[in-house]
Amino acid sequence: MKKIMNVPEQVVEEMLEGMVAAHPQYVKRLPGFDVLVRAGGATEKVALVSGGGSGHEPAHGGFVGKGMLDGAVAGAVFTSPTPDQIYEAIKAVNGGKGVLLVIKNYTGDVLNFEMAAELAEADGIQLDKVIVDDDVAVENSTWTTGRRGIAGTLFVHKLAGAKAETGGNLAEVKGVAAKVIANVRSMGMALAPCTVPAAGKPSFVLDENEMEIGMGIHGEPGTHREAIRSADEIVMHLLDKIFADMPVQSGEEVAVLVNGLGGTPLMELYVANRKVAEILAAKGIQVAKTFVGNYMTSLEMAGLSVSVLKLDEELKSLLLAPADTPAWVQF
Amino acid sequence: MGDLAAALIAVGEAIIKNKQYLTDLDSAIGDGDHGLNMARGFEAVVVKLKTGTMIQEVGAIMKLVGMTLISTVGGASGPLYGTAFLRAAVPSAGKEVIDGQTALLMFQAAIKGIKDRGKASRGEKTMLDALEPAQDAFQKTFEAGKSLPECLHAACDAAQQGIEFTKTIIATKGRASYLGERSLGHQDPGATSSFIMLQALTQFCDGSKEAV
Repeated sequence: MKKIMNVPEQVVEEMLEGMVAAHPQYVKRLPGFDVLVRAGGATEKVALVSGGGSGHEPAHGGFVGKGMLDGAVAGAVFTSPTPDQIYEAIKAVNGGKGVLLVIKNYTGDVLNFEMAAELAEADGIQLDKVIVDDDVAVENSTWTTGRRGIAGTLFVHKLAGAKAETGGNLAEVKGVAAKVIANVRSMGMALAPCTVPAAGKPSFVLDENEMEIGMGIHGEPGTHREAIRSADEIVMHLLDKIFADMPVQSGEEVAVLVNGLGGTPLMELYVANRKVAEILAAKGIQVAKTFVGNYMTSLEMAGLSVSVLKLDEELKSLLLAPADTPAWVQF
Repeated sequence: MGDLAAALIAVGEAIIKNKQYLTDLDSAIGDGDHGLNMARGFEAVVVKLKTGTMIQEVGAIMKLVGMTLISTVGGASGPLYGTAFLRAAVPSAGKEVIDGQTALLMFQAAIKGIKDRGKASRGEKTMLDALEPAQDAFQKTFEAGKSLPECLHAACDAAQQGIEFTKTIIATKGRASYLGERSLGHQDPGATSSFIMLQALTQFCDGSKEAV
């Protein structure tokens, strides 16, 4: 393992210190907790709290700011944060109009956020939650815990955050979040694994000519492995799976996120996006906005995910609303 | 703190010793952090038990362990094992010695806590596939009038068979469930950590030859 770090046990702590040092105008740390909140403190609006394991930077602390999150909780690398940390975040951001928890559908995240919600509700804090499950890689059978939540979560942060900024109440903000979740689908693939600092070795091994299809954002194995294919073929496969699950008709409008997993150059992401744009154009689907870059990464994993969000007028206006956070600035 | 604290320190040290083993099992079907997370939690537990005040009350010790696991482990294991210890604190509140009857009630409360929190049941390739057979074996042995160490041996044997059983089934809960049939043939890491804890407790009782 070759990483720029001091000791593995300190990576989360030191990363948070570095983020605050880089973005003091946006975020501050809750003393004693692995929580970043808006630098200006709680405001009188519905507050959004999200979070998850560390190693997904800029998610989640990078999306704390105007028009997106109010608090982000950082767990150990690839491990959901603990309930006491989430509870502190909820208390810190609550401006009296309620708090919405945005949780990715991973068993650990759901359990820890639920326990935190129980603690906050016992304090009388008005609270609700949504669980994001955008990953179509997982078989949609009745016996699974459902689909995973991956990069499509960014659209939930962005649009529900915009709704909260306009003064929407908790039910309205949750309504937008739920609508985004119903209309966003994602799927990823990996060319190379990543190494969790405390583990010291790659979490899975791929041969030189192999790729993993449909793996999650923690390096957990995907649905299957196959020989590596061209960028165009990879994108076709991912979009086929997405559209098989959520058909989009000619004339409809979408937002696209081509998300890098941390070890893939922007060049390759743009190559992939070229094919995404081509396929959407051929289907007669309008693209309201495309995002290409590293939004929800998996340490240095090579690979990408594609997310498609189907828009209506409300979702489109919230998508295009301003945002000002360390990793998402839009006027 | 007396024998119970010493027993729980032994449990914690067994988990810490098996950190890499649990992580390797998890890498095959999950995200490869089960050993890391459990070891981080039990390192904190061992420190608290070694440096803690002289708490004798069983319920208070179980609560201390549960809260420490919840606030240090993360993932799914933190809330599940943490809830198990917190629930086991209820029937043991006010007691300074654990007899067979109390142990059985604690065991049952702990497993109910895991089922409530995780909304899982036996046969889904989770820690319950080790713990539920262990609880059944414990209860049967206890009702046959055997001693606490004998009950623990029976529970431990059943848990070991339980982890073997997890190799033959498909995961339907937790991260391994995303793998579907690819989880076949792999032993469940959560069931394994449960077995390791029971085994350490059993060995501790063999060494001390007394009720915990």
